[in-house]
Amino acid sequence: MTVKAIINGIPVEVAEGTSILDAAKKVSVKIPALCKHPDLDHTAACGICIVRIKATGRTLRACCTPLENGMEITTHDPEIVNVRRGIVEMIMSKHPNECVTCARNQNCELQTMCADFNIHTTDLDNIVPDLPVDATTKSIVLDPRKCISCGRCIQVCQKDQNVWALTFMERGIETRIAPAGDISMAESPCVKCGQCSAHCPTGAIVEYDEGPDVWAKLADPELHCVVQIAPAVRVAIGEAFGFKPGTNLTGKIYAALRRMGFKAVFDTNFGADLTILEEGSEFVERFAHGKGELPLITSCCPAWVDFMEKYHSDMIPHFSSCKSPHEMVGALSKTYYAEKIKTEAKKIYMVSVMPCTAKKYEIQRSDDMKSSGYQDVDVSITTRELARMIKQAGIDMQSIPEEQPDHLLGAYSGAGTIFGATGGVMEAAIRTALKLVTGQTPGRVDFEVTRGLKGVKEGVLEVAGKQVKIAVAHGLGNVEYVINKVREAKQKGEAPPWHFIEVMACPGGCVGGGGQPYGVTDELRLARAKGLYQEDQAGMWRCSHDNPYIQKLYDEYLGKPLSEKSHHLLHTHYNPRPQYQR
Amino acid sequence: MAAAAPGDLALIAKRWKDKRGSLIMALHDLQGRFGYVPRDAAQELGKQLNVPLARIYEVITFYNYFKLEAPGKNIISVCMGTACYLKGAPEIVAKLSEKLGVKAGETTPDKQFHLQQVRCIGCCGLAPVVTVNEKVLAKVKAADVVDQVYACAKGA
Repeated sequence: MTVKAIINGIPVEVAEGTSILDAAKKVSVKIPALCKHPDLDHTAACGICIVRIKATGRTLRACCTPLENGMEITTHDPEIVNVRRGIVEMIMSKHPNECVTCARNQNCELQTMCADFNIHTTDLDNIVPDLPVDATTKSIVLDPRKCISCGRCIQVCQKDQNVWALTFMERGIETRIAPAGDISMAESPCVKCGQCSAHCPTGAIVEYDEGPDVWAKLADPELHCVVQIAPAVRVAIGEAFGFKPGTNLTGKIYAALRRMGFKAVFDTNFGADLTILEEGSEFVERFAHGKGELPLITSCCPAWVDFMEKYHSDMIPHFSSCKSPHEMVGALSKTYYAEKIKTEAKKIYMVSVMPCTAKKYEIQRSDDMKSSGYQDVDVSITTRELARMIKQAGIDMQSIPEEQPDHLLGAYSGAGTIFGATGGVMEAAIRTALKLVTGQTPGRVDFEVTRGLKGVKEGVLEVAGKQVKIAVAHGLGNVEYVINKVREAKQKGEAPPWHFIEVMACPGGCVGGGGQPYGVTDELRLARAKGLYQEDQAGMWRCSHDNPYIQKLYDEYLGKPLSEKSHHLLHTHYNPRPQYQR
Repeated sequence: MAAAAPGDLALIAKRWKDKRGSLIMALHDLQGRFGYVPRDAAQELGKQLNVPLARIYEVITFYNYFKLEAPGKNIISVCMGTACYLKGAPEIVAKLSEKLGVKAGETTPDKQFHLQQVRCIGCCGLAPVVTVNEKVLAKVKAADVVDQVYACAKGA
């Protein structure tokens, strides 16, 4: 069913139930809004999107009013624009005037709105609530003074991610975002996924910025600074430099990192290939040889690991013991690489560039993250932080020539690349599982069932005449369905509904990570993922086991997958954690 | 939390479990039992009702009625409804605040008095209204309110 109406004199036809806000987009009309995000349900909090309905003369909010047949709507006239200005002015009256020193400077929806409405003077007093900044997670920073009570972070945290760390406390002018009972974020159930920061329209929630620390270490002549970049970083960072979303800047990022002073530039994709060899072997052990519980559940997402330890700790036996790829590269940089270059491990400073805020937490998650004898990854910065650092370094990303990584821990296959998109780990693992079970090169490497943005993707794949049932979930809100089915089957003593499950905390997987450039929508997630799949298609090697540098690593150092050395450096343990520390 | 709590909590949870929209009623019961909503009791109730703690705090900080800390022996409620407000409730709060040394929403260190503001209590004709425990004081004057409150507390 469709409805026909008229917006600003222009006829429009949309599906029934479409909001006036979305319908207007179809006829090239942009209705401003601060609370509505394309990913989220409307909260009708800000009131900036008001439009006038001709028949009644009433003004209604376009975000939460469905278009009706025969409606005639005015979205912009002097009176409406004035009301919008007034709302923005009122929001500003309790917002700190700290734009130039704010992390969201030049990248803030509220600031943009002020600029668009040309608000530079106001008759209203500026009364900013006196609330403390919370940086206790060392992953995300909450500055409730800058909150405009749009409710996006709360919807993301509660509904999309099912974490329930954040909520609205109090009401009216006193309303503020906080964990239940004004405890610190670190004491709350927060899993540090950073989706709140990715959806916040202002600087009220941002990543914990560690750029200055990295610069200080780069300037220290005693240190040998090395770096690695995650799969999803390469196809998103370009957005900060005017490239089209999904543009793959791998070679340019390597070049920029060398200019910044890193002595070696590695790639987390190498770690992803290594993860596949270890986790693929783990799967084969469990699936083909009955050693360990099925389903096997992936563990490379630290927000998912934290969530599982807090909410689903009965799943610990199902978890892959593999560390995440950047931890593997970190451990090897201070052992294998350190030996190669004859440098003491303590002098190596490993920086990982991730699309993720939870990685900042993961590097200190447990003593397993010090398997080299030192903290394996010294600091983890987000894509947003690296983009700023590249700008500070005066590097022109448009024209800088591409370079190669340091291959020892930097060469990678297409299977490693697709880790950055939901389903990628599963697809990569299946490619190598086929090889491990049959001993032959797989005839097929593309498994489309794992791709795309459906919340839970399920499929059955043939591996050596046996059926392997898989499930891929992304967005923590989609996990419960999967976990509950596993639990049910277990309780009834039935065969597990799936043999292998991939979970990524962020919608879309790492391409939609909490540390990626702002403005994420499904369109952007798909564009970034496309960039990864293109690299996979074009790659020299499609399977992790074909990466000759992985083979070399096993020959020279680790022995074989799941060896004692592998277990020491590349694997970890899990423990139940309380949701609330008080 | 009081020793008898687990049993009480289980009863409250059982009474309201699986009934839609019953969180507020369960919290009423909880506050009825403890005089406020203790954090550990709220956590346990949430577990039993399958309601996240964040949702419980959203509710108990939204409604003035719910208390997060043990209130004093005597609860002084100053009505801040429109009529009372216009008839001088803010001055009454200021006076009590000054005398008791606490802000609205706080309890005196000796736990004798808890001062709070409430929304309209439904007797605007008597504005401005103050209640001390169950006793209603009508047409209160800021100058007299402290004596009146002390008198009520003594009587109680």
